[in-house]
Amino acid sequence: MNLPRQRYEETFVLNLGPQHPATHGVLRIKVTMDGEYVVKAEPVLGYIHRMHEKIAEQGNFAQFMPYTARMDYLHALALNHGYCLVGDRDAGIQVTERAEYIRVITVELNRIASHLLWWAAFLLDLGGFTPLLYAFDDREQILDLLERTTGSRLTYCYFRFGGVYNDIDDEFISDTRTFIDRLRKRLPVMYHSLVTGNIILIKRIKGIGIISAEQCRRYGASGPVARGSGIDFDVRKHEPYSIYPELDFDIPVYDEGDSMARYMVRMDEIEQSLRIIEQALDKLPDGPIMAKVPKNLRPEAGTCYAAVETARGSLGHRLLCNGDRNPYRLKLRSPTFSNLSLFAEVAEGMMIADVLAFLGSLDLVIPEIDR
Amino acid sequence: MMANPIVHALVYLIGLMTFAGLNAAYLVWCERKGAARIQRRTGPCEVGWAGLLQPLADGLKLMTKQLLVPDGVDAALFRLAPVLAMLPGMVALAVIPFGAHLQALDMELSALFIFAFASLAMLCVLLGGWASGNKFAIISSARAVSQNLAYEIPMLLTLITIALISGSLNLREIALDQQGGLFQWNLFRLEGWHILTMWIAFIIFFICSIAETNRAPFDLAEAESELVAGYMTEYSSMGYGLFMMAEYINIVVGACLTTILFLGGWGCPFDVAPGWWWFGLKMYALIFTIIWVRWTYPRTQIYRLLNLSWKVMIPFSLINLLITAGLVKFL
Repeated sequence: MNLPRQRYEETFVLNLGPQHPATHGVLRIKVTMDGEYVVKAEPVLGYIHRMHEKIAEQGNFAQFMPYTARMDYLHALALNHGYCLVGDRDAGIQVTERAEYIRVITVELNRIASHLLWWAAFLLDLGGFTPLLYAFDDREQILDLLERTTGSRLTYCYFRFGGVYNDIDDEFISDTRTFIDRLRKRLPVMYHSLVTGNIILIKRIKGIGIISAEQCRRYGASGPVARGSGIDFDVRKHEPYSIYPELDFDIPVYDEGDSMARYMVRMDEIEQSLRIIEQALDKLPDGPIMAKVPKNLRPEAGTCYAAVETARGSLGHRLLCNGDRNPYRLKLRSPTFSNLSLFAEVAEGMMIADVLAFLGSLDLVIPEIDR
Repeated sequence: MMANPIVHALVYLIGLMTFAGLNAAYLVWCERKGAARIQRRTGPCEVGWAGLLQPLADGLKLMTKQLLVPDGVDAALFRLAPVLAMLPGMVALAVIPFGAHLQALDMELSALFIFAFASLAMLCVLLGGWASGNKFAIISSARAVSQNLAYEIPMLLTLITIALISGSLNLREIALDQQGGLFQWNLFRLEGWHILTMWIAFIIFFICSIAETNRAPFDLAEAESELVAGYMTEYSSMGYGLFMMAEYINIVVGACLTTILFLGGWGCPFDVAPGWWWFGLKMYALIFTIIWVRWTYPRTQIYRLLNLSWKVMIPFSLINLLITAGLVKFL
């Protein structure tokens, strides 16, 4: 939308956040407004910067594991996975097969939980309160499942270099299968017919916040944001790790680039994750859950990179070692940071209600941006 | 029975105050319970049986809190706005006929009277938002004004349609005109073939009354995910409480008006219970629908809301008015 250039006195600055219901955490957006139109939006970061990368340099390799979950607390197991992956690769540890399967099963369960929570929070941004409780009902089942195996409900510290810390039992397997059936039954009824087909929802997110594929590439967007803009990229398929190549699943891609496309990508991903879990449970091999790993990891000097697909996109770890017992440098490439950076450009000229709907559709987890 | 006009006035004053107060308190309870049922949870259940004392606890909590008047606020207007907000709803209740002989004040232009006071409600929101000196509050007030302006027009056009049928702007006359069974109600009126178009008028009026009372999905003025709490952002304690109570009283007035204009007021389809009982049944059924809608739909955007009024509601209510005028004239 082309706005006439406004004189300074005719616009005003509105601070959305760091305490605002729609910014989910401590993101602050400095918005210059002309009436209800946004002339300029400027995200201000750093309110929950906790120096995680520096912390990684202070302790030994295993000591950083719990911190990973504190960054993306909604898909904590994927961050566990990312850190373990880079550590395993660097130290040349062969993860046992059963552990790989358990990792994928739990990560995918966690991904569903993350998407469900996003869905709930997004609908809350749009003013629909009821879907939140339906999604939390299902998310609760996942948390119960994961709690029994991992010992925690949100910030997991479940993976270890070379495997996982606790084996899954038959009860977990049968309960997970029950959950898959339950969610498959509930998805069309409580999610799609109540919400996806709702005329108000469609009017609010269809054609709103359009991101072009070119913009996605320019800002390095990944995950559902990029896939909603027609970029067929998923680390699980295109830079395969763990046992993903052995599993049969699709990458949902939508070309529209609007908030609806991102919404649909995530909803389809829930179904794909269910498929992945089902197959992994079928193929689950017996065996040890931990490889032989030295008590203190001390990889040779050098550098290693590994990426995983979190619920928000491609998460990269670059690990620099100098042969010491602690990492010399650990750099994270977090998907949300890149996804948020395109916000300012796209939000220009939109109305405030649409800007916040668009912001919600990006699925931001602020600690992961600030780290 | 109540020959003395002072006694009459006092009894109705106390009665209406109690009615408004209890409705404001217990509609919150109903809303919370209704929302809980829709969301598959229990809702308030700790304070009293089934949480029935919850409104009392909420009220006590609000009253014991400090009424914060921040710096940079127009203190007088800031305090005045929530008190004024209660006014329109309370005054409107005085002219509403709850039964054939249950009306505080029979007025010739009572329908118009209610609309006149309903416009004041918008002014209170504007006042509260303006006095707050908060950007969110001012955006919210601006929204409230444009929303109320847009939705009063189709509402009044619908009222004229009813006035054409009943030949009166007196709510009591309008209700009396609809006595004598289901098919005398304006909504299902067989006489003069009004049943053909009245459902459109009913839908328009119902949507408008939701929009006028700032209820979801049209609660743009207090859209919490955009404007924090809109015009109520700076209010605490009973300042906030009064705004909330005013909202619920306005809902009651809106439902009463819809009942009288379309659903035959106190008229009963089967002669089994006293009229006021039927009035209450229809009114609360409408309120339940409003609650149901709120907990089902997301919120719209302000520009779509205005478009809906100017591009859909107003043309349709105009066409409806013309058709009704034709039916009244030629049949």
